[in-house]
Amino acid sequence: MNIEIRRYFYGDIPGDEAGGNSAAPKNAPNEKAWPLWEIFIRSKQGLDHKHAGSLHAADARMAIENARDVYTRRMEGVSIWAVESKNIHASNPDDAAAFYEPAQDKIYRHPTFYDLPEELKHM
Amino acid sequence: MSVHELEAQFQRKIDAEVKIEPRDWMPEAYRKTNIRQISQHAHSEIVGMLPEGNWITRAPSLKRKAILLAKVQDEAGHGLYLYSAAETLGAARETMIDDLNSGKAKYSSIFNYPTLTWADMGAIGWLVDGAAILNQVMLCRTSYGPYARANVRICKEESFHQRQGFESLLVLSKGSAEQKAMCQDAIDRWWWPSLMMFGPKDSESTNNDQSIHWKIKRKTNDELRQQFVDMIAEQVKLLGMTLPDQHLKWNAERQHFDFGEINWEEFWNVVKGNGPCNKQRLAARNKAHDEGAWVRAAAVAYAEKSNERSQNNHNSWAAA
Ligand SMILES: [Fe+2]
Ligand SMILES: [Fe+2]
Repeated sequence: MNIEIRRYFYGDIPGDEAGGNSAAPKNAPNEKAWPLWEIFIRSKQGLDHKHAGSLHAADARMAIENARDVYTRRMEGVSIWAVESKNIHASNPDDAAAFYEPAQDKIYRHPTFYDLPEELKHM
Repeated sequence: MSVHELEAQFQRKIDAEVKIEPRDWMPEAYRKTNIRQISQHAHSEIVGMLPEGNWITRAPSLKRKAILLAKVQDEAGHGLYLYSAAETLGAARETMIDDLNSGKAKYSSIFNYPTLTWADMGAIGWLVDGAAILNQVMLCRTSYGPYARANVRICKEESFHQRQGFESLLVLSKGSAEQKAMCQDAIDRWWWPSLMMFGPKDSESTNNDQSIHWKIKRKTNDELRQQFVDMIAEQVKLLGMTLPDQHLKWNAERQHFDFGEINWEEFWNVVKGNGPCNKQRLAARNKAHDEGAWVRAAAVAYAEKSNERSQNNHNSWAAA
């Protein structure tokens, strides 16, 4: 498939020579990059922490402070978890069909599987 | 599965409005297009802080200063949400920053115009953020999941930006003759550059529109621009001001406002780097980056040292 890419991506910005795709930075080879952290936020007491996004920080404390500034400027959270992204393990989306398949044919795990008389109350 | 089959499967997902997530298979060109668009969007948020940052120390009241600070801080946040979204596609943060600072990567041309008076803060909030919002509302439904989510977060914050801008102009529009003139002048200077934010006319794009096919973009430049004109042409009446376009007129047949021709020569000039502030903006970004180098290095050194220390403590515990 031969794909033509439109030149203008975000409104008025031309697309040619405007990437950011190669993995290694050139200008500051001596600078050590801060690791990436995944941020989870509990929006209020009683709710689960939910993934909010990611950010760079030198250590865990900075990650939490930055997360406060980046993700909770409008009281969006009462508790923050920061996990270094390299420590996250994920299931493989390519295996999803086979991986979750056993759940498909076990419909008797759902309450709607059971046909019960109308007169039966409180169940 | 062959690449051809994978591509067909991918397009079926797009057509069925299933979002694409970072670890899903995607065509290389889709990945690249998204990295470009998301990083350019991020750069626009970051450079976009400069024209307004110019007025933080000179805001006319403590209230306006606090509002402007909060808005500029939001824009920094928008930049960070977007850089993170681009990173999920394998782009390195340092590379994106390098590309911005070296002038290789582009950002929205609007930020290459100068902010000459306080009224420009109002005009930017109303017109520039207003135009950006239309783009970003559309992008809340873009096909790449992390980019869509970043835009949802951004849009929640943007409405305050536009409202504070309009309110600031509203105050000026009811002020002294001088303040009214300042308000009109800012609108006159920012109107056309705001229209240019939507990019060249659809008829100028000869390439087939893959971005629409992939649902990265969901509306064309002209559609968004028309939507913007229709919105602003009504709002300006509440200010008792005018837009600097003698061809602006309601067209009952089209049910849209007609408007005059954009100065495309100016548009291309600014895109090519010859706008009033292109050099100044890049110089400011480079200065900030260079002057922050020791801070970044110190933070790494501190993190390494405290890591070592906790390792040692742990070892002596184990030995005891
Ligand atoms: Fe923004
Ligand atoms: Fe904004």
